[in-house]
Amino acid sequence: MADSSIRPGQFSSQEGAFAVRAEQRGGATVVLPTGEIDLNASPFLRQELKRIQTSRPQRLIVDLAGVPYMDSSGVATLVEAMQFARKNSTKLVLCGMQDKVRSIFEIARLETVFTIGPDVDAAMSV
Amino acid sequence: MAQPASSSSSPPNSAVGDIGEPPQIRLQLMSNPQYLSGARELVGAVAKRLGFADEACGKIALAVDEALCNVIRHGYGRETNRPIWVSIWPLIEPGEQVSAAASKARGGGDTLPSALRIVIEDEARQVDPAVIRSRDLEEIRPGGLGVHIIKAVMDEVVYERREEVGMRLTMIKRRTPEADEHMDRSNCKEYGGG
Repeated sequence: MADSSIRPGQFSSQEGAFAVRAEQRGGATVVLPTGEIDLNASPFLRQELKRIQTSRPQRLIVDLAGVPYMDSSGVATLVEAMQFARKNSTKLVLCGMQDKVRSIFEIARLETVFTIGPDVDAAMSV
Repeated sequence: MAQPASSSSSPPNSAVGDIGEPPQIRLQLMSNPQYLSGARELVGAVAKRLGFADEACGKIALAVDEALCNVIRHGYGRETNRPIWVSIWPLIEPGEQVSAAASKARGGGDTLPSALRIVIEDEARQVDPAVIRSRDLEEIRPGGLGVHIIKAVMDEVVYERREEVGMRLTMIKRRTPEADEHMDRSNCKEYGGG
């Protein structure tokens, strides 16, 4: 559900304890999921990323600083977003990964497949 | 060979294979993704209480999450009202003693288990356990990682058909010696979440 109190160019939506916010920053679209990304939350994240990606941003940054946990359904959602980004010449960058989230990318051997930065500032210039 | 930590005289539970003892914990949940967070928090908290290090607790919770996801998606085709059971046995090597540090941290003198056995059972369609495997990791595509993750984070993983209906996944995670050194009740964290 969209939050009408936020400025143009931003949006915020929520599904249970999981929320997704997006904002424009220096020519990039920054997506900020908040909460655990599991099979319950990942369909909502997928839907929101798809919606954002239909505008074909040049740079899409997914800031995972507010995500303490992610399972393979969340990873799959981001892989799908990456594939869609490549088709549309969007630069997709992940950042702000907490250790527990980073470890699942390492287990899945995807840490080198994604472009990953430490934070949004770094992700702006990767 | 590690043995179940309990000494119950109850008859063997037919739903748990050859373990021969009822589980210390048995959780039944419906195949609704809404309950995943509760299940992994329970399992992670139990592992912590039984002396597993923080990182291991997170891995155990992740494995249970992935196993439940697989049942919900592939076993039950995302139906949300089908049963899943999670059973937990602490396993203790005969003669094993808890370290003083770990015992103090837990506030008691109980023997810590050397391993945790977790069994996930369902009533989904039965498949040949040999076909339950991860996708090729070189093939970058969404999905197909759950089995790989489970096998990567647990020490033993066995899929099998249940006696009459459904599948059974047995996972074992061994506690490493350094876990005792890191036991600290004041450092308790939540698992499966933040």
